Amino acid sequence: MTEVTYLEAIRQAMWEEMERDPRVILLGEDVGLYGGAFKVTAGFLEKFGKDRIIDTPISEEGYTGVAIGAAFNGLRPIVEFQFIDFIANAFNMITNFAAKSRYRWGAGVPIVMRGPSGGGVRAGPFHSQNPEMHFVHTPGIKVVAPATVADARGLMKAAIRDEDPVLYLEHKKLYRHVKASSADLESQEDVVPIGKAIVRRVGEDIAVVTYSAMLYVALEAAEILAKEGIELEVIDLRSLVPLDKELILASVRRVNKVMILHEDTRTGGMAGEIAAIVAEEAFDDLDGPIVRVTAPDTPVPYAAALEDAFIPRAEDVVRAARRLAAY
Amino acid sequence: MTDVIMPQMGESIAEGTVTKWHKKVGDRVERDEPLFEISTDKVDTEIPSPVSGILSEIRVGEGQTVPVNTVVGVIGDKVTKVTGTPPAVPRQAPSPSPAARPAAAPPTERGPRSSPLVRKMAREHAIDLLKLSGSGQGGRITKQDVLKQLESQRAPAVSTPSKAPVKAPAAVAAAPPQGRIEIAPMSGIRKSIAEHMVLSRRTSAHVTTVFEADVSRIVQARESLRRRFEKEDGVKLTYTPFFIRAVTSALKSFPALNASIEGDRILYRKDYNIGVAVALEGGLIVPVVHHADEKSFLGLARAVSDLAERARGKKLKPEEVQGGTFTVTNPGPYGSLFGTPIINQPQVAILGVGGIHKRPVVVNDAIAVRSMVYLALSFDHRLVDGALADQFMADVKRRLEGWDEKIL
Repeated sequence: MTEVTYLEAIRQAMWEEMERDPRVILLGEDVGLYGGAFKVTAGFLEKFGKDRIIDTPISEEGYTGVAIGAAFNGLRPIVEFQFIDFIANAFNMITNFAAKSRYRWGAGVPIVMRGPSGGGVRAGPFHSQNPEMHFVHTPGIKVVAPATVADARGLMKAAIRDEDPVLYLEHKKLYRHVKASSADLESQEDVVPIGKAIVRRVGEDIAVVTYSAMLYVALEAAEILAKEGIELEVIDLRSLVPLDKELILASVRRVNKVMILHEDTRTGGMAGEIAAIVAEEAFDDLDGPIVRVTAPDTPVPYAAALEDAFIPRAEDVVRAARRLAAY
Repeated sequence: MTDVIMPQMGESIAEGTVTKWHKKVGDRVERDEPLFEISTDKVDTEIPSPVSGILSEIRVGEGQTVPVNTVVGVIGDKVTKVTGTPPAVPRQAPSPSPAARPAAAPPTERGPRSSPLVRKMAREHAIDLLKLSGSGQGGRITKQDVLKQLESQRAPAVSTPSKAPVKAPAAVAAAPPQGRIEIAPMSGIRKSIAEHMVLSRRTSAHVTTVFEADVSRIVQARESLRRRFEKEDGVKLTYTPFFIRAVTSALKSFPALNASIEGDRILYRKDYNIGVAVALEGGLIVPVVHHADEKSFLGLARAVSDLAERARGKKLKPEEVQGGTFTVTNPGPYGSLFGTPIINQPQVAILGVGGIHKRPVVVNDAIAVRSMVYLALSFDHRLVDGALADQFMADVKRRLEGWDEKIL
């Protein structure tokens, strides 16, 4: 039985979709000859040829624009950002063009924008960021952030088949750390629907809402807390836009205490948005304050000790959960 | 001054919600005139004024839920009793009269620290948070504190209070909802039925025994009586009075079936008050025919049809859903052969009457077409053993099969 990594799942999903649909093309820096900075697209050029696997100059705004134009003309481009931090260069193209096109002209832009996000690999402030909220805040873009191998595969397929722009955030720390057996993967649905969260662990004391790599931090904390008699319910959002509000609220209504955990910085983060929804729609079901566990409002530090302090760890969740449980 | 209280609307009812006041503070009200409306687990009904006078105070506003016997308002004999209201303009002020204000929660008094959830639970279960001690930070009252309080309130009713139920169901319910689901809040009556059914299952050792009875004579008797009752007395005759009559007579020979258990004592009830389950939209209610044994057959038929009709119109009085000693339910109308009913606590038995159908049966070694019915008796094995229950049922069957018009 072979093991499939998170990275391999992304590769497989793109490969299979390109085999299935000749309209799918791939653009980005070093995606062809070099096979991608993280080798996600190794072998693609040989298999699909240079008409479909396009090495671009360092020009994010340029090739994102090319992809949008190609999408208008019937193709379904996947745009790779070598590090998702560089998506900032294409901000105008994405937010003013891709995101608003359907609204303005009824013309969908079926592109997938993907790239490695997140920290924890000593890559410093330009190669470790979590830029999701710029795009969560922009109506017209779907945003997904898989945490598991099966979701990495299933959400990629859903993103490629979607008629609108999808930002697909891969967590680089998960690339080779998270594995699943190929048999397990085969038993999963091929496509994971965008907009559906999932409960990864059932508990009755505190609901922890999280996504991407922080899922594992939440699960680790849940193991520690279970020994103290505090049961965490862990919700993996999988999609940030559309947000699975119903699942979050159902959990809050049952568990009555909620914590939101993310690796992104605090102010204007996803946690604030979810906290507002819970306060508006489930106020009467709260038995304690809504708690956020997030990175602080600084750039991602380069120094190892600082980066460790910056990214939320299981012990941060444990501490906050103990306080909230006793509240 | 007369206090107006939240009435007890049934044995298991602990609280009621004021849904509407028909009078404002300062209004004159006559004795028996509708004063306010309440909604309880069992019934929604209008409450008449206990005396004539002036409504001088409303203590429980619309939408508030309070325990039974709470004073919800006060009726005085003079409008001047309304302190602080100028006599000249007692009714005109559209804003709440000054007298009404201080009676509501004084704004200066703050309750203990809690949470939105705890306050909601306190409202729903009529718990006075001032009486709880909080286990949270700084004495804050938590959800767990309220759950413990609810459990201790419930515990006396059950001989062996178990701690498990609070946590166990949560684990079962924890699976995240899948697929397309509409979520709706439970109505008061639904919650009450749910609670009562589970309580009964947990309290009594349910056993059900099923008998078959030939009720051809009753079918004939009803045919011949129906028109007369309707024409002369305006009473719609169903089969229910026949079964109540047979059951009541049999109960006199089997007192253990007309009893209840209280701790380790047995209460043999000397009144024969027969509850009749009536299906409502979204629930059911069990009005009680009091002293069924003392009524003529016409009186019994009238009581049954009158109670059923008023149950459907939500017009039952509190005492009409209280005091039952035995219950008859009728799962037959939609084609059920028989059911296994759940005992209506604190009673010890309930008779389920199935549908009456013509069936081929063997009579004197010949096959005959007879009107047959299945009778299912659920009894509490803590008090009633199988042999006794079956003897009782044999007696009921004998009375039904040998129905005699003379007893009318």
